[in-house]
Amino acid sequence: MQLTVWTYEGPPHVGAMRIATAMDGLHYVLHAPQGDTYADLLFTMIERRNKRPPVTYTTFEARDLGTDTAEIFKNAAREAYERFQPQAMLVGASCTAELIQDDPGGLAKALALPIPVVPLELPSYQRKENWGASETFYHLVRALAGPHAPAPGTERPPRDAGRRPRCNLLGPTALGFRHRDDVAEITRLLDRLGIDVAVTAPLGATPADIARLGEADFNVVLYPEIAQTAAGWLTRTFRQPATKTVPIGCGATIDFVKEVAEIAGVDPTAVLAGAPSRLPWYSRSVDSTYLTGKRVFIFGDATHVVAAARIADKELGFKVVGLGTYSREFARDVRAAAESYGVEALITDDYLEVEEKVAELHPELVLGTQMERHIAKRLRVPCAVISAPVHVQDFPARYSPQMGFEGANVIFDTLVHPLMMGLEEHLLGMFRGDFEFHDEVQPSHLGHGAAPAQDQTQIKETENEKAEIANVAQAVTWAAEAEQELRKIPFFVRGKARRNTERFAEERGLATITVETLYDAKAHFGR
Amino acid sequence: MNPAGVARVTTGCSEAPVLRERGQREVFCGLTGIIWLHRKIQDAFFLIVGSRTCAHLMQSAAGVMIFAEPRFATAVIEERDLAGMADANEELDRVVTQLLARRPEIKLLFLVGSCPSEVIKLDLSRAAGRLNEKFAPTTRILNYSGSGIETTFTQGEDACLAALVPEMPEAPAEAPASLLVVGSLADVVEDQFRRLFDDLGVGPVGFLPPRSSTELPAVGPNTRFLMAQPYLADTRRILGKRGAQALQAPFPFGAEGTTAWLKAAADCFGVDESRFSAVTALGRERAKRALSHYQQQLAGKSIFFFPDSQLEIPLARFLSRELSMRIAEIGTPYLHRQNLAAELDLLPEGVVLSEGQDVDRQLDRARAARPDLTVCGLGLANPLEAEGLTTKWAIELVFTPIQGYEQAGDLAELFARPLNRAARLEV
Repeated sequence: MQLTVWTYEGPPHVGAMRIATAMDGLHYVLHAPQGDTYADLLFTMIERRNKRPPVTYTTFEARDLGTDTAEIFKNAAREAYERFQPQAMLVGASCTAELIQDDPGGLAKALALPIPVVPLELPSYQRKENWGASETFYHLVRALAGPHAPAPGTERPPRDAGRRPRCNLLGPTALGFRHRDDVAEITRLLDRLGIDVAVTAPLGATPADIARLGEADFNVVLYPEIAQTAAGWLTRTFRQPATKTVPIGCGATIDFVKEVAEIAGVDPTAVLAGAPSRLPWYSRSVDSTYLTGKRVFIFGDATHVVAAARIADKELGFKVVGLGTYSREFARDVRAAAESYGVEALITDDYLEVEEKVAELHPELVLGTQMERHIAKRLRVPCAVISAPVHVQDFPARYSPQMGFEGANVIFDTLVHPLMMGLEEHLLGMFRGDFEFHDEVQPSHLGHGAAPAQDQTQIKETENEKAEIANVAQAVTWAAEAEQELRKIPFFVRGKARRNTERFAEERGLATITVETLYDAKAHFGR
Repeated sequence: MNPAGVARVTTGCSEAPVLRERGQREVFCGLTGIIWLHRKIQDAFFLIVGSRTCAHLMQSAAGVMIFAEPRFATAVIEERDLAGMADANEELDRVVTQLLARRPEIKLLFLVGSCPSEVIKLDLSRAAGRLNEKFAPTTRILNYSGSGIETTFTQGEDACLAALVPEMPEAPAEAPASLLVVGSLADVVEDQFRRLFDDLGVGPVGFLPPRSSTELPAVGPNTRFLMAQPYLADTRRILGKRGAQALQAPFPFGAEGTTAWLKAAADCFGVDESRFSAVTALGRERAKRALSHYQQQLAGKSIFFFPDSQLEIPLARFLSRELSMRIAEIGTPYLHRQNLAAELDLLPEGVVLSEGQDVDRQLDRARAARPDLTVCGLGLANPLEAEGLTTKWAIELVFTPIQGYEQAGDLAELFARPLNRAARLEV
């Protein structure tokens, strides 16, 4: 058993949901108790998707356990097929259903649905979200593209010289960190190289698209955590080469362009000419001198931390003092990268351990996930988010890729702004009305021992309140009880409540504001 | 509306047929209750014994990574525990010891059962007993189940409070009559009610759950209790076993509900009509005034409730009777007729009531009804908005103080805001 407060990754079936939700025409029937449906809100709220994830949950209950949960699964799968008419179906179990061993794969097979049904075995008590996504994508690709595989040993016919080279973009999912914009950026970059994208998958693909993955000349692996396993199988089965470089950062993008040009047999000169990214000049510009040697701690998924370390070290002139990942499957890559910066990699999924490390290293900047953002706030260190797990803020309305030359521009801003802006405002202020976070006490997330620096909102608010009090001091007074009651109102609307109540009292010539006056005014003004 | 009481409507919904559905339920499990319970009982810690899914649910549903160290956590069951390579009980003891060493200020620890712990039949009541020998009296250890196979959303609070009832001190048979208010209320609401009960001369008054685990009110045969929340069927039953008697009343939403709720206590404690009228006059009048701001906007608008918190029936009653909204459908996860008897009487005749859920069918009904406002969970809200239906997140109704006279306006505003917003936007 592991004591967990926050987790970097969800369970593996959430990874499968990220694949299913990314695609069109695919449906996932998940054997799961009620409550597991919470996962829908990740997509509808965090990513603001305008459709429900294409997932049917069987939502069995305790009373069903003694009877026939298998029948419930079969009904759910049959009804999901009839209602949604998908081109293909994924079936699997969440952690609880895994324990009751109903074998969703076998049950679905017995239904003899007229579409491909891909059974998923995702061991919830061993594995996690990214592994689940990777495994799901791999099985889907095998099941749907497999029937189109050439006989083993067949050479790939040479590309028709009359058409542009074609590749697949593999790895972008729903709920991915900037995947939407990375796909657009890389598609554009490949187009400028004279390369077409045949299929992007899973994001926006249909099962029919997956079936024709083998037709492209090669594969671009955008996110190895998701697509490396599937790409490996495609290489073995269809003799499609796959890219190894992830184009995050200026240098990595240049390497990526060269690698792709080599595979596709195109000339990269035009694309690399001039100054495709502003990052090199911004970094050389004299105002960036203060960035030199800034001590930076980096934590996140393997792909993003390896890329961030290279950018920090080579492109911004920071000093990498710590590097780590929660992606155990890619620990080796991260260890190798860490070694090249002379630090030891931290491989863990315990955020308390990460926090301890950050506290120990005293970095001047933390690059991490939403979890590290939180840790950095506690420790009063500037922070930029570079990796999933995601937050609603990680789905900006604007175009904001991480990959390609525009991605390098975005990352320059992302990494440099927290340093210039100082500590960002924190949400916790909102909870100051709570007993643990009341106005007089330093917010607990700022850590113990740190000097209680007042945040700007608080100072402003108190000053405003004082000014207000001075203005009306002669006219009305607050009874102690009423003042006490006022304190229970959240601070961000308290000022307004105070003003309204005083205006209300003045207009009626009341000398003292009582609890009753407060509520009379509240009723009078509405919200 | 009768100001000092509630006119019994004989043509209510108490006998109305109910559409019972059994299909996919799009509701949270009982673990979610921890999000408000851990803010309410300020010296308690909630340790879920479950899977990574449970931990992920808590952090997703809480929607926050705000509380650096919240007073809840998950002991994640791993392969070793299942394969018998590690003794799950020993592992649990180790995790609890680790936790209490880190948080010595915790006075009450709940071991909270989950779907996996229930399925593998990990006996948390025995574990609690065992751990009590080690940690009581410094830290009391109790257990309940918030698993999705047994509980939906607010039922988690029911299970938690039911676990607290046996811990309440015994009020002797000769003790004077006392009132117990049952169900989490925001502190500000609790204080308002306390003042009203004082003014009425009703008391002593205790609240369950209390703000501190060391302040559990006493219970005995002279305890009368008022339910502040409609979803506490087990708690009600167990309080009954300890001799306490439930007062039948609608729930304190709006002027009418609040008045009837207070009246049930006042009648029981022999408060005379004129005193009751005098004490509640101000609140009733204020609630009416506050509601008048939203009357025009909400009157005649139709509303559709997806099942969520079990607050649906009292809320629909409030919206229909005090704001003249039309009810398209009231979905509720469970319909406890005993708890809701007074509410059902007050619903308009012929209202569509559904219990349980088949979410796809219910979505079909909502699309056909095209209500002006749909109250639903977070998984459904944006998809419905995208289809042009205005929605209200049900979860906000659980996290916002909405009971009592002074909050009547706030409650109405929660329903008016999405309509107001929809009317404003021109993009």
